[in-house]
Amino acid sequence: MDAIVRFQNVHIDYPLKKYTLHAVSDVSIDIARGKITALVGESGSGKTTLSSALIRCISEPGVIASGEILFCGKDEEPIHVEKLTEKELQSFRWKRVSMVFQAAQSALNPVMTVKEQFLETMEEHGDTSPAAQKENRCKELLEYVKLDPDRILKAYPHELSGGMKQRVMIAFSLLLDPDLIILDEPTTALDVITQSYIFSILKEINREKGISMLIMTHDISIVAKFADYVGVMYGGKLMEFGAVRDVFKKRRHPYTEGLIGATPSIIHDISAIKPIEGTPPDIMNLPEGCVFWPRCVYFEERCRQQEPDTVVYPDGSKCKCLLEGR
Amino acid sequence: MEYIREPLMQLKNINMVFQKQSSLLTDKKFHVLKDVNLDIFEGEIIALVGESGCGKTTLGKIITGLYKPTSGDIYLEGERMTGLLSKSITSYNKVQFIQQDSYAALNPVRTIYQSLYAPIKTKNRSWSRSQINRKLEELMEVIGLQPADQFLSKYPHQLSGGQRQRILMARAISLDPKLIVADEPVSMIDVSMRLSLLNLMKSLNKRYNMSFVYISHDLSTTRYIAQNGRVCVMYLGEIVEMGQIKDVIRSPRHPYTRALIQAVPVPDPDYVSDGELPLKSMQLAALEDRPKGCSFYERCLYSCEACRERVYHRDTPTAKVLCSHLEAVPDKPIYETFGE
Amino acid sequence: MIKRITSNVQLTVGLMIMAMFVLVTFVGPIIFPYDPNPVVTEIYLPNSLAHPFGTDWMGRDVFRQMIGGAGSVFQIAFYAAVITVLVGSTLGILSGYAGGKIDKIIMAVTNIFLSVPAFPVYLVLASIMTLESPLAIAVVVSAWSWAGLCRAIRVQVLSLKERDFIQICKVMRMGTGHIIFKELMPNILSYIIINFVIAMRSAILASVGIMLVGLASYDPTNWGAIVSAARGRGLINPMNVRILLYPLTAIVIFQVAALLVVNGLDELLNPRLKVM
Repeated sequence: MDAIVRFQNVHIDYPLKKYTLHAVSDVSIDIARGKITALVGESGSGKTTLSSALIRCISEPGVIASGEILFCGKDEEPIHVEKLTEKELQSFRWKRVSMVFQAAQSALNPVMTVKEQFLETMEEHGDTSPAAQKENRCKELLEYVKLDPDRILKAYPHELSGGMKQRVMIAFSLLLDPDLIILDEPTTALDVITQSYIFSILKEINREKGISMLIMTHDISIVAKFADYVGVMYGGKLMEFGAVRDVFKKRRHPYTEGLIGATPSIIHDISAIKPIEGTPPDIMNLPEGCVFWPRCVYFEERCRQQEPDTVVYPDGSKCKCLLEGR
Repeated sequence: MEYIREPLMQLKNINMVFQKQSSLLTDKKFHVLKDVNLDIFEGEIIALVGESGCGKTTLGKIITGLYKPTSGDIYLEGERMTGLLSKSITSYNKVQFIQQDSYAALNPVRTIYQSLYAPIKTKNRSWSRSQINRKLEELMEVIGLQPADQFLSKYPHQLSGGQRQRILMARAISLDPKLIVADEPVSMIDVSMRLSLLNLMKSLNKRYNMSFVYISHDLSTTRYIAQNGRVCVMYLGEIVEMGQIKDVIRSPRHPYTRALIQAVPVPDPDYVSDGELPLKSMQLAALEDRPKGCSFYERCLYSCEACRERVYHRDTPTAKVLCSHLEAVPDKPIYETFGE
Repeated sequence: MIKRITSNVQLTVGLMIMAMFVLVTFVGPIIFPYDPNPVVTEIYLPNSLAHPFGTDWMGRDVFRQMIGGAGSVFQIAFYAAVITVLVGSTLGILSGYAGGKIDKIIMAVTNIFLSVPAFPVYLVLASIMTLESPLAIAVVVSAWSWAGLCRAIRVQVLSLKERDFIQICKVMRMGTGHIIFKELMPNILSYIIINFVIAMRSAILASVGIMLVGLASYDPTNWGAIVSAARGRGLINPMNVRILLYPLTAIVIFQVAALLVVNGLDELLNPRLKVM
């Protein structure tokens, strides 16, 4: 696979006063160039921590304890993201990798117009082109996300609806022509019609501009509709990875199977849907052995004693389960 | 299902107008609910779905009595009510409310025990402490949080979202209501926990024959919980389509419902429809200058000039639809559904 | 609880200083009783073992004056804080929770008190009357401090009463008494406690100010009265400047202690700062 980002055995720790919390442990995953990769998982699964490590924005006091994060631009030496200095990060963020945060509502400065915020960011990143040219660029981007630029540029954030703000944020992330955009739950709190529009806009950006995307979500339906590859995370570990269709059809990992089986749909037989028993793992107190065994329907005694290795298939798919091939 | 009985609650021509001062002299008026008519029957689960701003939460708050409608009548068990919260009525505590954000719905500085004890004591003044304690233990068993003492002594922030949501359900049923309004009860809960909460609500519905009004923007969970019930699709403060949920999902008749169902993502890559939604624009019309006629007029593919002025209620064999151009709207199913 | 208090350095230091002041107030006058009679032979004595802070223009011991005055200073501060908090939070809660006309009336009165500056009024009052008791001074002092608290509490109540857990109480027909005392109050209690300390410290400043302008002179040992008298004797005399320094230093130390306690309490009681 032609990867734009390679996470290799990444561990992210939160050293607290009394103990160390392992938010992400031993995750290796490749983000395909020009494709849409989704990370799916519930709260505490480590998906947000992992992707914020890519722009080194892990919330305090988290640190990348070990492992490598390689950013591979076209025809250039891979960049070791975990080794970048503060100064190098400045030019790496937004120019190479940009991010659309979950709370798009609060990511915009409430006392500045959209235009002011766009121009400020361009200037901060050393854009010295004349003002008219910059403004044209903003307009072009806003049109790209199907917004009326003349109206939006003048507006303050509170004058925009949730869906509009989210699209402004997407335009914002495109400002410096990044190679990769990280999207953290981009449509939570938006209704389905707006969500559908936003995803079709994102897909268009992905196809036309060739920008790779890494999207985090808890909703497996969105993955089915939108992504090319998916990584399933649970308790800070990568349980399964593969092409979306494969993951949905083969359901190699019991957690993936449970998650798909527990998601109601408007089509499938309701009586076949059943919940995953038990509760999500407490990240401060992860079970021994496989993280999923307390909730697994295929549980065997050895799952409790031994942490499963990640099996890598010829096509690049991965599965972290002792009973793989059950 | 035929309902020949008297409805538990009747809403007749409910209108809700919020006023907001926009300048020194003029008030902006927001017509949040427009001529809503709804009958809720004993023991049924009825769903209100729609996008944010469609008035579904406002309608929920009117049903619970938190808001008094600007005009219109509410009858509970045949008795007309002048705002539920006035003390004179006999319908004391018959309608309860489960809110979306389980953290905000519990007082952060009081224990679960205190939060559950007080309402029971208020309703049953003569009960002794041990009587109430017994009732609390029973409730905790019903909602599946065991051992009870361990959960009762905690503060809200010490529980998970799913556990808190169960506490809200315990609090709602503790007053033995006839009707529970649940406003997006699972939208903030982890996916793997949602289903068991929905199952709990289903079982409460069966066990106590309590009616539920399930408010949500998510048609998938709605279909799951209101499997054999009715759904009201709301748009800009109006019920645009009402019918059995299986009929509405299989062959929606209102142009808005058709777009809505097509927009719902399905957890199966085989069902990905890449096509455009059947809508003219994605912009929600503003509430302050809504058209006199059909509020969906601007976004509708089938609308004509006349729609701006008026809109008709139409009855199809399966649903009540608020649309003048039913004949023009395709009636073929969007998806083939299974398991019904 | 005690462990949580001692784990907070600011709060511990602040409370210890305050405890010292309280000890001095109650025990001090018993060990070092003050004799207000002039001793002509001992005027303006420098610091010594017998007179740690020296003596004043009438030969009286300044150290003993300070100790004797502490009682009245803190009495005023305590009364003023009680009045401020009682009036401020009662009106604030009433105004925020009831809303409508009651809210408008209370807010109008509050705004009047907030917009008329206190000190000129003290000056005017001083020229027409003299205050005799600590309680009277406390009333005058708190007349200008309750309004700010009232406004702040009203805002808190306004946002609290729209919160889901209050709304649900209404659906469940919990009485207004229950909602205010059992649901609202616990949520603003920490804020009220913090404001009690803040009110005490501003009351001390204000009371000293009142003494300084001569509005009250009921107790010549009050620190404000010491300052006022020293100033009255003329600050050209360096001995008077020296006397002036003792009450001022004491006030500054108390202010610092109060600030430490406020910061500490804020950390301890504010749940948003409590995480991790």
